[in-house]
This record gives sequence, C-alpha cells and structure tokens, in this order.
Amino acid sequence: MKMFDFIRPASIDEAIAAWRPGAAWLGGGTNLVDLMKTGAAQPDRLIDLGRLPGLDRIETGAEGATRIGARVGNADLARDADFARRFPMVAEALLSGASGQLRNAATVAGNLMQRTRCPYFQNPETACNKRRPGTGCDARGGVGDNYAVLGWSDDCIATHPSDFCVPLAALDAVVEVIGPNGAREIAFADFHHLPGTTPDRETALEPGELILALRLPAAAAEFAGHARYLKLRDRTSFAFATVSAAAALKIEGGIITGARLALGAVAAKPWRAAEAEALLTGHAPDAALFDRAAEAALSDAVPAHDNAWKIPIARRVAARALALAARGTPARMPALPASVFAAEEPAHV
Amino acid sequence: MSLSISFTVNGTRRDLTIDDPRVTLLDLLRERLGLPGTKKGCDRGQCGACTVLVNGRRINSCLTLAATLDGARITTIEGLAQGDALHPVQTAFIENDGFQCGYCTPGQIMSAVGLIAEASAGEDLERIREGMSGNLCRCAAYHGITRAVQQATRRMAEAEQEGTA
Repeated sequence: MKMFDFIRPASIDEAIAAWRPGAAWLGGGTNLVDLMKTGAAQPDRLIDLGRLPGLDRIETGAEGATRIGARVGNADLARDADFARRFPMVAEALLSGASGQLRNAATVAGNLMQRTRCPYFQNPETACNKRRPGTGCDARGGVGDNYAVLGWSDDCIATHPSDFCVPLAALDAVVEVIGPNGAREIAFADFHHLPGTTPDRETALEPGELILALRLPAAAAEFAGHARYLKLRDRTSFAFATVSAAAALKIEGGIITGARLALGAVAAKPWRAAEAEALLTGHAPDAALFDRAAEAALSDAVPAHDNAWKIPIARRVAARALALAARGTPARMPALPASVFAAEEPAHV
Repeated sequence: MSLSISFTVNGTRRDLTIDDPRVTLLDLLRERLGLPGTKKGCDRGQCGACTVLVNGRRINSCLTLAATLDGARITTIEGLAQGDALHPVQTAFIENDGFQCGYCTPGQIMSAVGLIAEASAGEDLERIREGMSGNLCRCAAYHGITRAVQQATRRMAEAEQEGTA
C-alpha cells in the first residue's frame, strides 16, 4: 500500500481545509482500504471523518423529510425501526448487501461513493479508462459478463454495484454536500454520472466536496405499504447483484396512483425507469401490466459484452419486484432480504 | 508521521504510538499486541476470519485502519472466556462440532457473538445462516456452526431470563 498522510479533523471546517488534490475522505473504509491494498486507489492523504460531529444522526423533520447523516452506518439505518417502517425497500436493500461485519462498518455516504467491482478496474495491472484515463478498457475484450446493458460507452462498460442507491434513486433522494465554495444539494438522479468519454468522473461532486447527509422527501414514505427490493445474485447472501430492482406502488381503490421503479447493476448508475412508471400509473395492478412496464424499462438495453442474457433477466426481476410490491410490504423483514428464494411473508393488513 | 491512540483491548487500556498509518487493526493485534487469536485469511473483508468486536459490534479488522480507533473498545477471541469458564458461544461450538481445522473459528465465534447481540436472527436457522454469511469455512462445518449459534442464542437468552427473574 502506498504511504499516505493521515489527518483526523475535529470539525467540518477543518476537514474541508485539509483537502487537497490526491486526498480521499475516509468513512468506514470497507471499499477504500480494500482498493488501497490492491493499488487501484492510491490516495496520498486520508482524511478520517470519524471525529466530525453530527454526521451520525437520523432525523425526521416537521415536514416529514428524513435526513440521514453521512456517517450513519448501513446496519444502523436498516435496523432503525422508524426508518424501516417508512422506507422499507431501502432497509431491505441495505440488508441484502455485503455481510453483517461490513454493514456495521460501512457508512451511507461511502455507499454512494463506492467504486465499481469491474475486475479490471480493481486490478492496477490492466488498462482502465476509469482508473487511468486514456489507457483503454480491458473489460471489453476480457472475461466476466456482469457488465452494463444500459448507458455504457465505448470507454467503459462497468456497473455501479450499490444496492442502497437503487431505492434511493427510485425515491428521489437528495444529497447534501459542502465544499470550499459552500454548501449545495444534488438531486440523486444527477449524482452518479454515465461514463461517456470521461468514465473517471463518476459523480457530480466537485474536488474537495464532502457529503454531509442524504435526504428522503416526505413523499417517499407514501410508498411504504407496497415497496420491495429484489436482487438476483450468484449466491443467496454476501454477493453483488447480477440485476436488482426497487419497486414501489401507491394503490388506491384498486388502481395504481403512483409508481417508482429503478434497476441496479445494469448501468454505471442506478437506473430509474420513468417510462415504466408512467405506464403503470392509472391502471389496476396485474401481471400483464408489470410485464409491459418491465419491457419499457429495458427498451433501450444493448449488451456491452457477452451479457445479452442480462436483458431478459432484468425484465423478469423488474416484473417480479413490481408483483411483490403490489402484494404488499412484508410485516417483517424477510429472513433472506431481497432474495428470490425468500419464503412468503405475510403482508401488511 | 506518528499518531498517538488509546483504546482498550479485552478490558486493558493500551496507549500506542503508530508510526505507519497503513497498519490495520488485524496486523496491530497479531504483530504488536501479542494477540494472534484473530486470524488473517483473505485480508480483504471477504472471509471473516479477522472478525473482532469494536464497541460491541462485529467488524472486519483487516479493513480497519488502527489509526481510526482512538477511544474504541475492542474485544478479540482472547477476551471472551472468563478464566477457565468459556463463553457460551465457545461452548456451543465445541458441543455442536462447529469446526474442523479451526482456522476460521475465532472469526466465526466473534461474528456469532456480534450477531446474537444484534438480536436480528433469534433461533431461526435461515436468519442465522444469513447473519453468518460474512464468515467462510473451507472445511464447510456450516451445519455445526449454525446449530452452535442457535444453541448459544437460546442458552444466553435463558441465562438472561434467570438473571432477571
């Protein structure tokens, strides 16, 4: 591992002042420290956020928006009973990711900032436009098939690996950041970038900007009764998604009056399926409708590699997530969160 | 650069100067503090052999920089037994054949202690398997491990009830 300076600021002002090109913020470290071991990340300064006050709170304001501090742990958020009741598919996504140990250490802001699990990105011996701009993309002629089917470019075919970010995209989360030029907010849809010709520019964060919090609007809680996260993966637990979907419905008088759908592991960002949402709204929930919505969600999909199989699989995961959401949010977190093998759980009454 | 940190390991306060910020908690425990019970498997957070408790919660010590732990309370496998009296999870692993070669066992046991404290699995075998998925066992002693966690969960709950009765 390359040597680095280690800075422990006691305030946000000190943290911002400590940043310089080549520095990295350290949250839980579960992804960054791993990448530093392989050499895929080589920061020359780590700024440990562990002493910053006020970043570990989950707060719901008078208007019903919920603000999640950047250093709230993934496990703490998922196990917060009030949060899980209002945003069940976010809790289910969190609990479907990684392992118990990693969820205890990992932070919510770090989850947004985690890097792709493309094996070529992680191996510093290979050509990777994301890791070293202009060197090419060894993934395109390489092995593996868990690559993008939407939004990819000739320069990069990697996917964003997060579970948590998929329901956040569906629920219109907001990212609160602060930097040398002050504080601002970034809509979740604008936070992660598609690769284009600059796959190294992964997020909307400017140099030196730091995530302070995530916010879920009060309207996001209106989907609590019909919200599921479904994740297909190579093994039932402790694996990244092959394809995942966050599906949420508002159903009034037997008619869908609001729909949210986002897909994971299909693109360099969580993929919000607005056409599918529009198609669902105003109709009675049924299997044929969900199939049409899933078809619309994947209508622009093109395989980036030997992964044409991913497109029909993604359609089925999307349709099934919608069907599970229509059935109702389980009264208790399933034993196998987000698993296609989970036993049926009784829905809310 | 050198960093001063203080934390407790198994109840004993340690005041340390760290000369290299790259050192992980795992390497610090094994190489400097004379506590080799915590094992290095993959060193990348994938196998769970290095699991310890930090402030009562299980984490992978291989991905935790020691410099981040100022003020923390750390528990390793060496800190579970009270003298000759084994921790209920240790007893349960022996009674249920929860291991063969034993290399992953300290991490399995620490992870189980953490899982039981999280109180999210109870005695449900499916939830225990899901909760223990961060710990790999290449001998595949999973059946015994799962039963051991179930038994320890039950006995610790019973002991707590007797204690409060």
